[in-house]
Amino acid sequence: MDKIRLATVWLAGCSGCHMSFLDLDEWLIDLAQQVDVVYSPVGSDIKDYPDPVDVCLVEGGVANEDNLELLLKVRRQTKTLISFGDCAVTANVPGMRNMLGGAEPVLKRGYLELAEHSPQLPHEPGIVPELLPQVLPVHQVVSVEIYMPGCPPAADRIRATLEPLLRGEQPEMIGREMIKFG
Amino acid sequence: MSVKTLKIDGKDVAAEEGTMLLQAAQDAGIQIPTLCFLAGLTPAAACRMCLVEVEGSHKLLPACVTEVAEGMVVQTHTPKLQGFRRMNVELLFAEGNHVCAVCVANGNCELQDLAIALGMDHSRFPYRFPDRHVDISHDQFGIDHNRCVLCTRCVRVCDEIEGAHVWDVAQRGEHCFIVSGLHQPWGEVDACTSCGKCVDACPTGAIFRKGSTIGEKERDRAKLEFLVTAREKHQWTR
Repeated sequence: MDKIRLATVWLAGCSGCHMSFLDLDEWLIDLAQQVDVVYSPVGSDIKDYPDPVDVCLVEGGVANEDNLELLLKVRRQTKTLISFGDCAVTANVPGMRNMLGGAEPVLKRGYLELAEHSPQLPHEPGIVPELLPQVLPVHQVVSVEIYMPGCPPAADRIRATLEPLLRGEQPEMIGREMIKFG
Repeated sequence: MSVKTLKIDGKDVAAEEGTMLLQAAQDAGIQIPTLCFLAGLTPAAACRMCLVEVEGSHKLLPACVTEVAEGMVVQTHTPKLQGFRRMNVELLFAEGNHVCAVCVANGNCELQDLAIALGMDHSRFPYRFPDRHVDISHDQFGIDHNRCVLCTRCVRVCDEIEGAHVWDVAQRGEHCFIVSGLHQPWGEVDACTSCGKCVDACPTGAIFRKGSTIGEKERDRAKLEFLVTAREKHQWTR
């Protein structure tokens, strides 16, 4: 059997889920022998999301145009998409800007009202991605196969989710061991 | 006092007349999920988590306010009910702003517990992200309406156990919120005795002690039980 092509993606999140992934410690060595890490901010230096990918862990909500573009690509080119962590599953802390309503009030709040020196709105088309009106959970934008909530999901839960996939089975996301928000 | 015999989940159950189905089921070892129910307080049937199927009834009935009756046949955990309960919890998560990661009740929250028990790994409903407020005008406590599920336990515990009636429910529908005094900042409500029973009763992190941070909320439910037992049975035991 060909090795599973594994990717991890980091959208609007703090990277904590990826840090938790790194907390898998020595199991990462086992994992590396069973998969090809084809794209990952912590496990690969490849810049373009490859095609096809078997399993992708998607951290973070969808907050800006870059996130959206990458996520749509991930969906097109991935068999099993895992919504990885609370930001991906619920929009979580990045989503707290949604209460302000729209991108403009958020930018004004952050870059004008709270600025101590040279307040100005960031505007560099093509360099700084535009904010979407709301930060959305991943499944509100594309379909998702597996949900792994948690802020972050503990390393043992990441392992318990990936292990069945390595055997070609689906993990059962039930009970306190597998479901944890916050 | 007469005894009623009925069947709950196929199990023969005998209960005193006037007993609610929720209690009768619990006495028979059958746990029906609840959220707004709190022993010692008048049941509100607000959350609809304890809805059960009763043979002969064309609608689902809340077990917390449905009295046992002779020959009743009750189902408490059918796939249909569990499906509705999960949907109910998803709606609660989508309705407010429940950011577990920054909540005082993280890991000690009845809403989280329900999500886990019902296998909710995400909400299928779009989040509303309503604009809600936080009142920290009280010396010792705060209320964060973002985390409120409108169970009204605080309203009832303050009215029925403490006798102060600081809280009530204001507005309707999506604008509904828990109001203090005559819509005053909590800290300005003279009726508040600062007893903290609302903190202990609150199932989420909506009402909290100031100074507690993420995951630090603790509830002294034993205090409420003690008061109720003392009042109803005249036993001052803890």
